[in-house]
Amino acid sequence: MLNPLSHPGAGKPPMFGDYEAQRHWQEITFNLPIKQWYFNSSDNNLQYWGLDYPPLTAYHSLLCAYVAKFINPDWIALHTSRGYESQAHKLFMRTTVLIADLLIYIPAVVLYCCCLKEISTKKKVANALCILLYPGLILIDYGHFHLGFALWGVLGVSCDWDLLGSLAFCLAINYKQMELYHSLPFFCFLLGKCFKKGLKGKGFVLLIKLACTVVASFILCWLPFCTEREQTLQVLRRLFPVDRGLFEDKVANIWCSFSIFLKIKEILPHHFQIIISFCFTFLSLLPACVKLTLQPSSKGFRFTLVSCALSFFLFSFQVHEKSILLVSLPVCLVLSEIPFMSTWFLLVSTFSMLPLLLKDELLMPLVVTTIAFFIACATSFSIFEKTSEEELQLKSFSLSVRKYLPCFTFLSRIIQYLFLISVITMVLLTLITVTLDPPQKLPDLFSVLVCFVSCLHFLFFLVYFNIIIMWDSKSGRNQKKIN
Amino acid sequence: MAALGIAMGGGNWFSALALGVTLLKCLLIPTYHSTDFEVHRNWLAITHSLPVSQWYYEATSEWTLDYPPFFAWFEYALSHVAKYFDQEMLNVRNLNYSSSRTLLFQRFSVIFTDALFVYAVHECCKCIDGKKAGKELTEKPKFILSVLLLWNFGLLIVDHIHFQYNGFLFGLMLLSIARLFQKRHMEGAFLFAVLLHFKHIYLYVAPAYGVYLLRSYCFTANKPDGSIRWNSFSFVRVISLGLIVFLVSALSLGPFLALNQLPQVLSRLFPFKRGLCHAYWAPNFWALYNALDKVLSIIGLELKLLDPNKIPKASMTSGLVQQFQHTVLPSVTPLATLICTLIAILKRKTSF
Repeated sequence: MLNPLSHPGAGKPPMFGDYEAQRHWQEITFNLPIKQWYFNSSDNNLQYWGLDYPPLTAYHSLLCAYVAKFINPDWIALHTSRGYESQAHKLFMRTTVLIADLLIYIPAVVLYCCCLKEISTKKKVANALCILLYPGLILIDYGHFHLGFALWGVLGVSCDWDLLGSLAFCLAINYKQMELYHSLPFFCFLLGKCFKKGLKGKGFVLLIKLACTVVASFILCWLPFCTEREQTLQVLRRLFPVDRGLFEDKVANIWCSFSIFLKIKEILPHHFQIIISFCFTFLSLLPACVKLTLQPSSKGFRFTLVSCALSFFLFSFQVHEKSILLVSLPVCLVLSEIPFMSTWFLLVSTFSMLPLLLKDELLMPLVVTTIAFFIACATSFSIFEKTSEEELQLKSFSLSVRKYLPCFTFLSRIIQYLFLISVITMVLLTLITVTLDPPQKLPDLFSVLVCFVSCLHFLFFLVYFNIIIMWDSKSGRNQKKIN
Repeated sequence: MAALGIAMGGGNWFSALALGVTLLKCLLIPTYHSTDFEVHRNWLAITHSLPVSQWYYEATSEWTLDYPPFFAWFEYALSHVAKYFDQEMLNVRNLNYSSSRTLLFQRFSVIFTDALFVYAVHECCKCIDGKKAGKELTEKPKFILSVLLLWNFGLLIVDHIHFQYNGFLFGLMLLSIARLFQKRHMEGAFLFAVLLHFKHIYLYVAPAYGVYLLRSYCFTANKPDGSIRWNSFSFVRVISLGLIVFLVSALSLGPFLALNQLPQVLSRLFPFKRGLCHAYWAPNFWALYNALDKVLSIIGLELKLLDPNKIPKASMTSGLVQQFQHTVLPSVTPLATLICTLIAILKRKTSF
């Protein structure tokens, strides 16, 4: 909702990198035949913002290019339009993003909040407002198409419109391959549903239908690229650049933080890095996924989305700072159930992008939107009153622990203190990064500190969400119903 | 933690509205600003670097000081904070200086002085009786008034984008109105007198104030049917009101009277050399008058009733500030506009 105001008038400079990339993709898709989009050629220099997202992004760029051609062909002229920047063009680019948001993302959020059960209309509106005010998505303001489609997917699957939901999710994956972070929970949840309905009857039918939907949607999107093996392989090579290395730049994930102490990037051989990253990722998300397959529930599905995406973010290959948005979206969905922890997580996720946002001179919008978001959440959900064990969904966990340690009664207090320390640390680090200059011997000191602190937070949240998933038992839910 | 929770979730919607609009104003900091930005920077420079005797004579920049003395003192006070942001903006010769720190300081000064506006809105809300309204927050008159005033988009655009200090001036006016409603007439009169010496354009509403105070404050009692009881006229009250206005004016114009600069100050404040309409036409009667004159002159030229050589070359729509003669209709002098205004006001007052 703040988007219209922080568009052209607010003078936020275009993120030269990604802005130019989007413009370049419009140029490429409009001027070159489909067969050449993903290949290196004299007309298409892949080193200069080469296309590295799946075909649906390319089609979307093509559509925008047609509109651009209608308004001003200079914007997408082959070769000559590189680095093109003008007020009108900025307006055009921001408008395309805004329209995408209005058509896909915002209706999904509103519909999701309407479908929430057991809360009043006022709370639903407040919930929608808080999700839309999430600073991360406002400040990184383009390419929300995939999140919108993923959200439609979640909505469909939670409301038992399985085919539509999986279609929407396939479209999301074909838009940005990072949506694969969310793919395992979808797979496990739908598989679990099929098992529940009985593999010998309705379940099997559902499984076949889902398989057909997925295959059909993929074929439809990849049709121009399916004709030759070389085409498909080249696209895959662009989508998954495995020769790039474990991580690039500073990102709040395990490998980057670990490399403070031990330079694993240089010590370990390349293929070994891929293998250990793969192993760690899958080991960390296995318990939740297995549980989801065996006991599929809408609530378990959403929490598993969070924990899977977080596992991928922390342990996976070539993670970008912006990928935290893939974790933030599912957390927004559980905002009404665990408001305190969700708000805390969303604040940390915004903080983790601090170096990126400062690079684009977004300090003032960052501060303003974070304060607005925090106040909106704090007043809508009264988060500070909801820090008891019951509210944090840790009751069953604490009860189990208390069988062995009877004195374990101070969990909510610890969490409150941790929250306070966390907020103070984040504010201090922000102030330091903005006001002071880093020492000459360690020019990246502040970014590394931000990443390290965020990583510790994310590990804590990973443990927390996994605890909720594993200790969320049927008996617990039955007790609630009885009460 | 619980105390913070209560403070946060206390349901204090007024604070939420005020804080929300303040955050919005912060987002508007890097937006477009007009020449008024340079106007105020120039006034900061003038009041900071030059002695009082030169304030109304300084003309290095085209944006000369044309607000009453209290506003000049206000800019003087601001300039003492400005020097910690960027010393260069206080140099009179630095025309069109707008470094990022200057921008930040100026914008924050508007946001900060809006605090008076917020306080005044709060006081106005206290004067409203909302007991008859429904229980829903959005139906309460106080809520509606607060939203309409605090989130007034016209004010946001003019103050926080175009750049002016209307927020706190309206705050003064709303506060004086609130005081009149609260039967604290002396305070209301004092605040309005101060306001007039901040921005003299509020003379537009001075007759209303004058009549209201005369009727409600100076006549201390009414007849049973509500009309004036002429023998309840209180000379003491009239004199005290007059004394307030006199003292405030003395404080404001006194120094300039002592320096023999009063005619210069008045000529700056009431620049009749500027012409009937401003560079950007206000949608008032004279705009229609000018338009009619223009249309008639075009028709006259087409029908060859007018001699093209005798028509003045300068056009009223060229955006220039200057004196202008009308072509077909009779020219309008400042005295004529004053007489028209008075007739219009009196007509309204007699129909009371």
